[in-house]
Amino acid sequence: MLTAILALGALALVFGIVLGYSAIRFRVKSDPIVEKIDKLLPQTQCGQCTFAGCRPYAEAIAAGEAEINQCPPGGAATIQSLADLLGVEPKELNEEHGEHKEKMVAVIVEKTCIGCTLCIQACPVDAILGSAKHMHTVIESECTGCELCLPPCPVDCIEMVPLARSIEQWKWKLPETGS
Amino acid sequence: MITLLDNPIPIPGGLKLNANKQQSLRSPIKKARIPELLTVPLSQHIGNPAEVVVKVGEQVGKGQIIAEASGFISASVHAPTSGTVTAIDNFFVPHPSGLKNRCIQIKPDGEDRWYERHELANPFILDPYDIRQRVLDAGIVGMGGAGFPVASKCSAGLANTVELVLLNAAECEPFISCDEALMKERPEEVIEGLRVMRHALQAKQSVIGIEDNMPEAAECLQNYLDSIDETDIQIIKVPSLYPEGGEKQLIYSLTGLEIPNTELPIDHGIICHNVGTSAAVYRAAKFNEALISRIITITGAGITEPQNLDVLIGTPVADLVEQCGGYSDKIDRLLMGGPMMGFTLQTDALPVIKTTNCILATSQQETPQPEPATACIRCGKCAEVCPAGLLPQQLYWHAHARDFEKTEAFNLFDCIECGCCAYVCPSHIPLVQYYRFAKAEIREARDVKQRADIARERHEARDARLVREKQELAERRAKHKKAAATRKDGSDPKKDAIKAAVERAKARKSALKPNPESNREPSSESSPNSGNQV
Repeated sequence: MLTAILALGALALVFGIVLGYSAIRFRVKSDPIVEKIDKLLPQTQCGQCTFAGCRPYAEAIAAGEAEINQCPPGGAATIQSLADLLGVEPKELNEEHGEHKEKMVAVIVEKTCIGCTLCIQACPVDAILGSAKHMHTVIESECTGCELCLPPCPVDCIEMVPLARSIEQWKWKLPETGS
Repeated sequence: MITLLDNPIPIPGGLKLNANKQQSLRSPIKKARIPELLTVPLSQHIGNPAEVVVKVGEQVGKGQIIAEASGFISASVHAPTSGTVTAIDNFFVPHPSGLKNRCIQIKPDGEDRWYERHELANPFILDPYDIRQRVLDAGIVGMGGAGFPVASKCSAGLANTVELVLLNAAECEPFISCDEALMKERPEEVIEGLRVMRHALQAKQSVIGIEDNMPEAAECLQNYLDSIDETDIQIIKVPSLYPEGGEKQLIYSLTGLEIPNTELPIDHGIICHNVGTSAAVYRAAKFNEALISRIITITGAGITEPQNLDVLIGTPVADLVEQCGGYSDKIDRLLMGGPMMGFTLQTDALPVIKTTNCILATSQQETPQPEPATACIRCGKCAEVCPAGLLPQQLYWHAHARDFEKTEAFNLFDCIECGCCAYVCPSHIPLVQYYRFAKAEIREARDVKQRADIARERHEARDARLVREKQELAERRAKHKKAAATRKDGSDPKKDAIKAAVERAKARKSALKPNPESNREPSSESSPNSGNQV
């Protein structure tokens, strides 16, 4: 009886040590969930989700403080991929946060711009170039279309325009005649 | 080491199609006349569009560069004849989208005067890098249809060991006969081009792969080889089967090597060029000639006199049709390229480009209107004919369901869009269109992801900058505050410093005064050791 208890106890101790050691030694650094969520978000940094950018929103989703349907720029595709990642049911986009639109870019109307730098400060990705009392301009390739530069502009000289569809961006469509 | 098979093996799948080459081969290649206006697109190749280097109103000579290659994968564009640049703007170009793109329009002056052209008696004295430079300067692109800049291929060839230079003479798509005509009438250009490339790439083996339904062309090439006593170039006949002329298909036939979409032939020591490209390389090396013209097959039941024309790049399609006797009343569709891989042209006002091998005006019988698609019945015929060994039906299924991850898992990008699967489909499903759609969506998703990554990086950089600026501001404020606080104590660090300096100066003066010799020997005075020695 005592031998059995001692033997099992000794075994338990040995395995416990082995398991404990390997838990530390062979630890797998898994990709934290926040990173994974952040990778799926469109990085528009527009704040329509009520958070101050895509990463804070990702953190809120990970903490269970936000729904997955608060990102209008991502739209249904982002909601679907978030649902797949988190193993939850996809939902309709929450209309309160805005609607999914075609990708736009900001363009500064140079005639009206007074060079106040307010839009430069508002841009979350530093995509506006200019300095005080000098012409400002948007770097088209860097603009995420977040529209955050629109409200601060005192002369309303920023317009959102759809990206020009050039021949390079043209793509084949899904055939209409399909079963 | 590449070993050629003793007997070329047939590609998996493929179709036996009616070649329909004889119509356009009745007469020899004719030089097309210079049109009234040439429209030369800046993007006739894979890669970055060329950058304009001329102005509107400028006089240009034949072969003069009018737009320069930009970036590693790009090709220059040259004036096809002498004349005046009349416009640099967006014009309709031959493209499946039917959209406009940047072009340079030139009004020919009729003189056809060369800008610069020197003949080199022996192009083999050039070193490989000179030849690459000539190819780059000549704006040569792959003329089989893909339009990959040849200089970029050359660079890859120069950076790697080339075991095999392969000339693709397996002109497999029905109706197209421009390569066959070239080989029959100008075998010297094709062979000399291959010899130049072999010399430039220091290749160990040179092979011409030709379909066995072109015996005359093969004979012409062989006769030329015999006439120059060249024994190191092999002409190998491969079975006539569509799409034998696909680069990877031809390589498979000759060597048994399968190259996945993630690799290039050069990764296996192979460089493959179309015969038209070879002729262009020869002209560039020998005459310093740019790629400004090419042979185009004008054919189909919709053309009165089908034939091969030697055409200036930028000539409108309508002009070429007119020189072939115009349209016949059988015309139903106008295509650029062959019946399998070509695309419909909405108008014949479009210019031909470097990759245009065929203008096909077909009757309703030749290319019937596709019947309405019905449901896939899982017959598996598509898988039987796929030359890439794919499962077209699975690809279709997943592309239709927009499950692009699955399409990639089924090797969508190994699809060469040859159209065999759609050709045999009893349900008339436009399969290739589904694959093109899926590829486009995947490419766009990659692009969007890349942009998102850049936006994330920029946003993080901005956040870091804001934090740093705040910190720096706080530090500056703290410093000022400290300074202000010390001023309040009555001890100003600045004044203290001045006071200390004044005192030091006074002390030195008083130290100098008692010693009268110091004026004469200031150096000894300043030396700390001098006092001890005296």
